[in-house]
Amino acid sequence: MRLLTGNDLKTGAVTWWTGSDWSIHVEDAADVAGSEDEIARREEAARRVNSPYAVDAELQDGSPRPSHIKERVRALGPTVRPDLTLKPADPEIGNWVI
Amino acid sequence: MAETLRYRDDQPVDHPAVTVDAFVDQSNAQAVRIEPGDDTRELLPHLQRLALVEVNFPAFGDGRGYSSARMLREAGYEGELRAVGDVLVDQLAYMRRCGFDAFEPDQQFDMDDVKAAFERWPEVYQNAADDRTPIWTKRHP
Amino acid sequence: MYKYDQYDQAMVDARVEEFRDQARRRLEGKLTEDQFKPLRLMNGLYLQLHAYMLRVAIPYGTLNSQQMHALADIADKYDRGYGHFTTRQNIQYNWIKLEDAGDILADLAKVEMHAIQTSGNCIRNISSDHFAGATADEVVDPRPYAELLRQWSSFHPEFSYLPRKFKIAVIASDTDRAAMRLHDIGIQIVENDAGELGAAFYVGGGMGRTPMIAPCINPFVPLDRLVTYAEACLRVYNRYGRRDNKYKARIKILVHEMGAEEYTRQVEAEYAHLLEEGVEPPFAELERIRTYFEDPLFEAGAGDEIDRSDPDFAVWVDRNTVAHKETGYVSAVISLKPVGGIPGDATAEQMRLMADLAKDYSFDELRVMHTQNIVLPHVRKADLHALWTALDEAGLGSPNLDTVEDIIACPGLDYCSLANARSIPIAQRISERFAANGKTGTLGELKLKISGCINACGHHHAGHIGILGVDRKGVENYQLLLGGSEAQDASLAKITGPGFSEDGIVDAVETVTTVFERERQDGERFLDTYRRIGMNPFKEALYG
Repeated sequence: MRLLTGNDLKTGAVTWWTGSDWSIHVEDAADVAGSEDEIARREEAARRVNSPYAVDAELQDGSPRPSHIKERVRALGPTVRPDLTLKPADPEIGNWVI
Repeated sequence: MAETLRYRDDQPVDHPAVTVDAFVDQSNAQAVRIEPGDDTRELLPHLQRLALVEVNFPAFGDGRGYSSARMLREAGYEGELRAVGDVLVDQLAYMRRCGFDAFEPDQQFDMDDVKAAFERWPEVYQNAADDRTPIWTKRHP
Repeated sequence: MYKYDQYDQAMVDARVEEFRDQARRRLEGKLTEDQFKPLRLMNGLYLQLHAYMLRVAIPYGTLNSQQMHALADIADKYDRGYGHFTTRQNIQYNWIKLEDAGDILADLAKVEMHAIQTSGNCIRNISSDHFAGATADEVVDPRPYAELLRQWSSFHPEFSYLPRKFKIAVIASDTDRAAMRLHDIGIQIVENDAGELGAAFYVGGGMGRTPMIAPCINPFVPLDRLVTYAEACLRVYNRYGRRDNKYKARIKILVHEMGAEEYTRQVEAEYAHLLEEGVEPPFAELERIRTYFEDPLFEAGAGDEIDRSDPDFAVWVDRNTVAHKETGYVSAVISLKPVGGIPGDATAEQMRLMADLAKDYSFDELRVMHTQNIVLPHVRKADLHALWTALDEAGLGSPNLDTVEDIIACPGLDYCSLANARSIPIAQRISERFAANGKTGTLGELKLKISGCINACGHHHAGHIGILGVDRKGVENYQLLLGGSEAQDASLAKITGPGFSEDGIVDAVETVTTVFERERQDGERFLDTYRRIGMNPFKEALYG
């Protein structure tokens, strides 16, 4: 599957296209295969996202997991500061990233 | 093509600008266009017959034109020096300092932004091709 | 320390308003991201892996306690309670909002700080010797020259859209503590036989994917022509530096491809021309700046003895304090390399403590080292125990300056959008390994530097031991390099062979230190032994 990601223009937060809006949680991301360019153009023009691009992902336990480690680090936060990630209380989350 | 901003009082040259190679070869041209890769020094022996130099910026990030402009002014060129192409409003103040006195941007400027750009810097640190007094000269009058 | 006058302040204030206006136009859609990007970069604002990142300039690495407090306040108010000190003596924040950036710049301007030209294809923050003004081995304090160049390079109308970024370092001693020859321009202030001061220009050094050690193109530029010569160097680069390929756009490639002789010839011609143009500031300006860098009022006859009865304190004194030009004083290094910690990170509380200690014990002055530590430059020996006690309680007392634990690491894939692999976890595992096996002290000076990609922000080419993270089919992989140095004996490290996994690289570093221990002759540093015996014994141990 393909996910569309970018950063929120004002805050810089990493965001994922859910099919109707942007979310900071990768598990909300929708498959955009085939329509990524069109959505990216439209959303960037509306300044709802900054510098969007599409990435490959697979479904794992029903949730999308980006194929490349860089996108998994982006999705979660720095591996060296689990307290600053989106899932600070999940002890297993490191295995999802690496 | 947006309209040209001119900061000089004389009449604009109405000849089309020729390339540097063509200019050096033909004795009657008064207007020349410098591309980023051209050697500005080739123009220096011919400055007295020049009335317009256009410096083209195909991409705003290519800063060679700033050096071209300053070198022409340092060599005594007093005709129109026009920045042409992908020229952005946030670049105007520095371009002016390098000796440009006309601007022909691909995209029309908002004139409020132009005014803000030229009024932005209360002082300047360096000597350049304009007549502004650098801070260090003010400190040691 | 340098103090702004009304002119400096007016320029920094104008920059804040300019950036507010640019950010407003971006948010309103009058600027595209392509147009806005170089503008925000020239104010130190990146779009990084998780958010915007703001890099704040610390000119020549010098700051006072009020400024350090302001940096701590920014970390708390606009970021997540910490900052990261960089290899170019700056600080960066990782979680900045675009809509806050203007306010942050305004807060900085109140304490005579800014983020001007901390990124972008322009002249960056001027770096210098972190022991400037404190060390006995300098011919003069190099910072006034760095400050003059800071002013000259700020908002430079001709050199703000260069082919690529441009980094300048200024030192004034034969001992190079600023990686001077690995800069685009390295300047060493020197004294000639007649006792006059001048500037030796080294041009075309750099790290990145094509590391080069800068050749000297002029051994003595008179100080009243310093700016003119720099202007000539930059103009030749701006005109002829490659713009067709960003990986070949740094000045090192121009000097290499054109040849140092031809580059020098062109610079000298431009220099002769610019001397007639009169671009040099009045010499009185240099004199004015120098008055800000006069020695503080050192206590005459300060005690030269240190009570070493506390063994932990004695170890810290031996490792983390450095001789000072004044009797009874030392420069004290605060390590930002706790075992298992993130190199160069400091919390807001730690910044405040360091600021307060600088006020109490170091004439209100701090320095950022390019090795991502902090220096209190002028500390009375009599105050060292109190200083160390306060540092130790705050987790800032690691006695590991220039040891294998004192690792330079770039932010890597944990923070950086360019990185191919993580750097910080490797640094953490290595410092933990050596703390556990107890070899940190006995190995002596060992400079270990880690980059998470070929751009080499972690200076891996210049490490006695260097590590380069690469992406091998989506998996992090680490190459090992040996034999680099950024000091006066500058050399570029060489790759040992095939790369290692995350666990494997930690073992590999331990393996090469074992070879060193076996082969070491009295007093040798790792680098000395490597240079004497060459790569093969290490290769055999690693791959044999």
